Amino acid sequence: MTALADGAPVRRAGAGRRLSDLLWRRPGVLLALLLGPPLMWLGVVYLGSLFALLLQSFFSIDEFSGVIDRTPTLKTYGELLRPANLDIILRTVVMAALVTAASVVVAFPIAYYAARYAKGRGKALFYLGIMLPLWSSYLVKVYAWKLILAKEGIVGWGFESLGLGGVLNAFLAVPGIGGNSLSVSPTGTFLVFVYVWLPFMILPIQAALERVPGSLIEASGDLGATPGQTFRHVIWPLALPGVVAGSIFTFSLTLGDYIIPQIIGTSARFIGLAVYQYQGTAGNVPLAAAFAVVPIVIMGVYLAVARRMGAFDAL
Amino acid sequence: MTSAVSFRGVSRHFGSVRAVDALDLDIAEGEFFAMLGPSGSGKTTCLRLIAGFETPTAGRIELFGEDVSGLPPYRRAVNTVFQDYALFPHLNVLDNVAYGLMIAGVPKAERRRRAEEALGMMALPGYGGRRPSELSGGQRQRVALARALVNRPRVLLLDEPLGALDLKLREQMQDELKTLQRKVGITFVFVTHDQGEALSMADRVAVFNDGRIQQVGTPEEVYARPRTRFVADFVGGSNVLSPGVAALFGGRPAWASLRPEALRLGPPEGARITGVVTAARYLGAATRLVVDLGAGASPEGRNDVAVLVPGGHPVPAPGTRVGLAWDAGALHPMAAE
Repeated sequence: MTALADGAPVRRAGAGRRLSDLLWRRPGVLLALLLGPPLMWLGVVYLGSLFALLLQSFFSIDEFSGVIDRTPTLKTYGELLRPANLDIILRTVVMAALVTAASVVVAFPIAYYAARYAKGRGKALFYLGIMLPLWSSYLVKVYAWKLILAKEGIVGWGFESLGLGGVLNAFLAVPGIGGNSLSVSPTGTFLVFVYVWLPFMILPIQAALERVPGSLIEASGDLGATPGQTFRHVIWPLALPGVVAGSIFTFSLTLGDYIIPQIIGTSARFIGLAVYQYQGTAGNVPLAAAFAVVPIVIMGVYLAVARRMGAFDAL
Repeated sequence: MTSAVSFRGVSRHFGSVRAVDALDLDIAEGEFFAMLGPSGSGKTTCLRLIAGFETPTAGRIELFGEDVSGLPPYRRAVNTVFQDYALFPHLNVLDNVAYGLMIAGVPKAERRRRAEEALGMMALPGYGGRRPSELSGGQRQRVALARALVNRPRVLLLDEPLGALDLKLREQMQDELKTLQRKVGITFVFVTHDQGEALSMADRVAVFNDGRIQQVGTPEEVYARPRTRFVADFVGGSNVLSPGVAALFGGRPAWASLRPEALRLGPPEGARITGVVTAARYLGAATRLVVDLGAGASPEGRNDVAVLVPGGHPVPAPGTRVGLAWDAGALHPMAAE
């Protein structure tokens, strides 16, 4: 009989192979090697410092000497409830909610197109288009927007050229959202927030839609649903985990940002700016820490509500 | 009598690809109709044209005499069982089945009752609260059937519905589908690339190739009297004889088909045709032999034939020279396509 197989039944092993053998026999060792360093980083450096921050929020500051009193107290949290501070929290939360809602509206069609229609080169171009703004400096983009939105900027010029200057001025005259020009109005802050965080909304929605087989959409139509009904009963529920993931980004990034409101908008303060100022110039670290807890609590509540409403059922 | 589904000169071209080309076809009401063909033959496109997922490039599609060519899927009284079942992952089984009723505005209590009833008919009572992901392939398929049938469609379309099931389950579902179709009396249009499935279930079969129908007929006709070489090859079973071999068997020198069970073995002495057994495959009720007729029997095709030896008859070992006998009229000439 002629043998096609030949040679020793066991291949000889060098040191590298023996290490592979060990890891193959004991997958736990491999897992520990792979996960150990990042878990140390996350657990000790990140969570540790977060915990230290939280701890600070239970300290208080002596108003006269400016010395931190390390006896645990809820006094600093009480300070959050002062009208001026509540105002900051409310303004930030409303802005974050509006930015998130607007991001969903703008991102969804883009994500839907990318997930269901874009193919090959078109898809690559799409990714490039979404990611490209993230490559350039955040400050450059924000200052660019300041020029775009300035009184003599291209937006104002566009409105004037179309003979709609009056419309823009009437809009800017509305108290609460207007101002001297778009670049110093809350509307300007809102527009720049939406622009800057949009990629963080598009990508998760696109990823969620990418996982929806086309046959589900066809099946819905086959069962009598118009495209609108299909969107409501099939596409939206299945995209919801992506929408929630994206909104975590846009919401929490807006809650924590302290640069955009400084450069564009009125000088009204947002949480991020308050944290920055209290722990920096004012040296009131406990109040800064208490402010920093607010977004964490808000996100916790938001996720709990989203979960209860079934946003993660499709996961 | 109007047909349930009619194709009138229907074409569907994707760029230069003629997925369906100038097709005419009538499917009668209450029929279990199979569209059989290799992948890319246009059978699935035909199904999608009936459902409304594709619009014809030319021609008309009629449902019970009404032109539906321009109608979107949600306006057509047909329902589809998808190849991947397409169950909604965010809904439980009951809501999946009741989806069409919900869209149609049927009150909640009523649609629950009808969905439960449909699940009962599919032997899945009490499964309503589960998620599709918790079901086996066979169960998902039944849910997909229930979801389609609960809407009482005029035509039910099935796209390779058994493709994802294992062999035993597939055979069981073949019987169940056939029984179900008799019970509900709805026209079933069934797409498959499995000739066994098509022949065993359908009332009539259309064999597709390159966007055209090669033959429409009952399973017996398609199997025993393939009209073209392609049908004989694809439906399988039959020996496809090249003109030279057909002449050897006493037929016209044209392509012909000869069923393996029409051939009988005998002693080589005095036989008109002899050959050497080269392979034997035991099939349970019979043994299928391959008999080599010798080089020179045919210059343009295979020169061996399959012979089916019924159980209980002696089976010659490979290498044995045997003689062949056959009934006059067992040879069917066919087109060379």
